[in-house]
Amino acid sequence: MIYEFDWSSIPGALPFLWDGMKISLVITAQAVVVGIVWGTILAMMRLSSIKPLSWFAAGYVNLFRAIPLVMVLLWFFLIVPEFVGQLFNIPKGTDLRLSSAMAGFALFEAAYYSEIIRAGIQSVPKGQIAAASALGMTYGQSMRLVVLPQAFRNMVPLLLTQAIILFQDTSLVYVSALADFFGAAYKVGDRDGRLVELLLFAGAVYFVICFSASQLVKRLQKKYTPA
Amino acid sequence: MIQITNVSKHYGSFQVLKDCSTSVSKGEVIVVCGPSGSGKSTLIKCVNGLEPFQAGEIIVDGTSVGDPKTNLSKLRARVGMVFQNFELFPHMSITQNLAIAQVKVLGRSQDEAMDKGLKLLDRVGLKAQADKFPGQLSGGQQQRVAIARALAMDPICMLFDEPTSALDPEMVNEVLDVMTELAHEGMTMMCVTHEMGFARRVADRVIFMDQGAIVEDDDKETFFANPRSQRAQNFLAKILHH
Repeated sequence: MIYEFDWSSIPGALPFLWDGMKISLVITAQAVVVGIVWGTILAMMRLSSIKPLSWFAAGYVNLFRAIPLVMVLLWFFLIVPEFVGQLFNIPKGTDLRLSSAMAGFALFEAAYYSEIIRAGIQSVPKGQIAAASALGMTYGQSMRLVVLPQAFRNMVPLLLTQAIILFQDTSLVYVSALADFFGAAYKVGDRDGRLVELLLFAGAVYFVICFSASQLVKRLQKKYTPA
Repeated sequence: MIQITNVSKHYGSFQVLKDCSTSVSKGEVIVVCGPSGSGKSTLIKCVNGLEPFQAGEIIVDGTSVGDPKTNLSKLRARVGMVFQNFELFPHMSITQNLAIAQVKVLGRSQDEAMDKGLKLLDRVGLKAQADKFPGQLSGGQQQRVAIARALAMDPICMLFDEPTSALDPEMVNEVLDVMTELAHEGMTMMCVTHEMGFARRVADRVIFMDQGAIVEDDDKETFFANPRSQRAQNFLAKILHH
């Protein structure tokens, strides 16, 4: 018996799937932004000469990089809302799924971003800091005005590649029954008994988005890499 | 202006500077030379606190560099430094390179800083390059911009750390010319360099270092005519014979 594909449930489900895609994109965008900001702070702590800061950052990064993302998401789904709810007096039953997913992603990705950013900072020649200091800039000024702008320019391709990986990883929020793109596709397929079609369709969409995005990054990289 | 007294520095058990003492008075031009690894670059970097030292004292214009209470950034803003590898900021245009520290450190207005920067750029003969980026200039041009960038801070003295060592031979002179002009205008200068021609023409005194110690500290006539130590004689013989 050959499986007979039936794609008819997809067109009608498109608006629902689009809503899911919006959730995936929102989670990706905020995790990239928060991840880069927090990751930059972590990277600077890690490179700091103040030992406790450097230890904290190293511990944070090693911890999050040694735990599967699904686990972090489940914690943030099951445990953290309890605490936060009590702390800020949020009424029970408030839907915190999106917020907890976003928090989980941001904190998790910051660990990865901080390693990329640390390498970026270290790729800037030491003489640049010496020159900035010799002109009377404080450590903070030389970081902000001289080192980080150069570091980020070197890092853009890596940061974007990490964002693409992050976008794929957003599908893991299905563990909290959140209807992101993957979750939405799963629900539709389940409802109509057409799981195979929907999952193939979702896979194709992820592939098209991620593949074209990484091609774009490649072209950017070519354009901006000094000859 | 600069008073260096009994300065010593170690990296672990390796001693890079051994009990170095010398001084630079206002308007004086000092050339520091010696074989590579002799500690001359380290010594000059101690003067503005880019390199810490463990023993001794360095006083620059009344401020003790080694004192933990000293605001080093403030002191460095008044001491110009030029590096072997220029160290212009590659992500900024030439004018931005000249203006940034004036604005962020001295608190000058953007217009004032631009004005000053362009004037100095003109002085080193590079006004036409104002809107380019460092990567578009030759090494000699970059080093002249770096000198202008340091001068834009109105320094009380200038430190040069092998300013011509990374340059192609045909570009050495354009940089030395700028330095010579600066010396004739009365700038206090401490220059680590192998350019003995420059030392002969411009220096008041020559310091010769070997293995972390100041072996010779003479006025230039004495140094070139009859250096006292064997090591300085050997060094001069090697460096002047080509």
